[in-house]
Amino acid sequence: MQQKTVNNKAWFLVLPVLLLVAFSAVIPLMTVVNYSVQDTFGNNVFFWAGLDWFREMLSDERMWDALQRQLFFSATILAIEVPLGIFVALNMPKSGFWSSFCLVLMSLPLLIPWNVVGTIWQIFGRVDIGLLGHTLDALGIDYNYTQNPVAAWATIIVMDVWHWTSLVALLAFAGLKSIPDAYYQAAKIDQASRWKVFRYIELPKMSGVLMIAILLRFMDSFMIYTEPFVVTGGGPGNATTLLSIDLVKMALGQFDLGPAAAFSIMYFLVILLISWVFYTVMTNLDKKGV
Amino acid sequence: MTDATADHAAPAERTTPRARTRRRGGGSVVVMTLYLLFLMLPIYWLINMSFKTNAEILGSFTLVPMNPTLANYATILTDPAWYMGYVNSLIYVVMNTVISLTVALPAAYAFSRYSFMGDKHLFFWLLTNRMAPPAVFALPFFQLYSSIGLFDTHIAVALAHCLFNVPLAVWILEGFMRGVPKEIDETAYIDGYSFPRFFIRIFMPLIASGIGVAAFFCFMFSWVELLLSRTLTTVNAKPIAATMTRTVGAAGVDWGVLAAAGVLTIIPGALVIWFVRNYIAKGFALGRV
Repeated sequence: MQQKTVNNKAWFLVLPVLLLVAFSAVIPLMTVVNYSVQDTFGNNVFFWAGLDWFREMLSDERMWDALQRQLFFSATILAIEVPLGIFVALNMPKSGFWSSFCLVLMSLPLLIPWNVVGTIWQIFGRVDIGLLGHTLDALGIDYNYTQNPVAAWATIIVMDVWHWTSLVALLAFAGLKSIPDAYYQAAKIDQASRWKVFRYIELPKMSGVLMIAILLRFMDSFMIYTEPFVVTGGGPGNATTLLSIDLVKMALGQFDLGPAAAFSIMYFLVILLISWVFYTVMTNLDKKGV
Repeated sequence: MTDATADHAAPAERTTPRARTRRRGGGSVVVMTLYLLFLMLPIYWLINMSFKTNAEILGSFTLVPMNPTLANYATILTDPAWYMGYVNSLIYVVMNTVISLTVALPAAYAFSRYSFMGDKHLFFWLLTNRMAPPAVFALPFFQLYSSIGLFDTHIAVALAHCLFNVPLAVWILEGFMRGVPKEIDETAYIDGYSFPRFFIRIFMPLIASGIGVAAFFCFMFSWVELLLSRTLTTVNAKPIAATMTRTVGAAGVDWGVLAAAGVLTIIPGALVIWFVRNYIAKGFALGRV
């Protein structure tokens, strides 16, 4: 890593970013903070409510239920996507045309607008017109994601695996490619088994990149909104109402500003905490010169 | 039965070395084929449906369109209410990309070259904005842009998307810039280049690929986002993603048109993906890796 010059004039270069992001982040965030401590009877008359909304939200089952579903969702997709992504990365062609070919096809789901991802799976899973739904129905499996909570959950999880596993695979692949050939030759001389090559060479070399992949996936899945909303709309009932879906329902649907704002702030604090972990991992990686 | 196994054992033995070299040079074709098949099946089904009439979609179950029709695409490309959705999306996406890159370039340079008061905190604060859930910002943005009279304009969406795209661009560009040796800057200054001239004439061409990748990712994340763009627009700047809800009418869903609209939204990403294939991982990992 290069040594950086100390120069406080560099602030001038950062100033535009600072102003722009302050405009689009700090002002809205302050609005949220404002709402979270006030109450209103309409007509734009607000009065101080202190921490009431926070107390109400914390004792409200609704948020805890949404949080539980959210954690279950994030944990499940991580448990599937990370091993699957590594497995795919290990099996990817390392160079040449086929490597590029795989890279391009694998990236394709990542570049599809999120509501279209939802639409694709909504269509794909329908019993009457979807390939998946029709096939499952023909096999005699009772599958209907609009009425059956288990089927709804299976659909949004498979959808997320479809959408984002490639991200883990691409990052793991980037980590694998950075391993010098000499390591493999040494392992071959030692007659190391395939498993030992993976456990003692590939996995440690990939660990930094994998950490990034896990944190990114955790964070992005933690604020997922569009895809499950398009497919299930949070239903059947509230079965797939994740945190963001619940929040939007509360804020834009019912205009419960106070509770929604309190909810937002707690939501944001969780994200902040994870961001900090992410940042620490990133800067440690930089120090190691990866 | 046993004879058959014995017969097969010999050729299997012979092919082992080849299989081993294949694994070292690449990977298992079977695994990749299965995985890519899994990825492509839903997309195939969408494309397949976009070429069918609604009668065929609902009436029969066919793996390829029996009477391929372009009517669904024609509906979209001739109706302004439809194709303006694409135009609106493209306008705010391009605006956002330009704004993000313009402000991110000098900032990324500052982060990669200098240490200054509060730089680490600032860098972290930028990251938290990339990670902020759009759902938290939907309502405040709605009120903010309504109060300053920008509601339902392209610039409102472009500015809102800066929330996550500016940090992304700064992180990606910083990742590319740290790869450029500092001696180049110093030599240029000694040769009498002023900072702006050095930056535009020498430095930017050096990190051209980085700028391209950052632009691609700004474009992409703005293109795929729906929640904020939908909240901030009603008619004049309505994005294609929100326009797609039009297909739900009194007579049920117009599946064929919905599928065609979906296919058309995939195209921009699919067109440029080849050029950034080697940087995809770096872009998604915010310029690290």
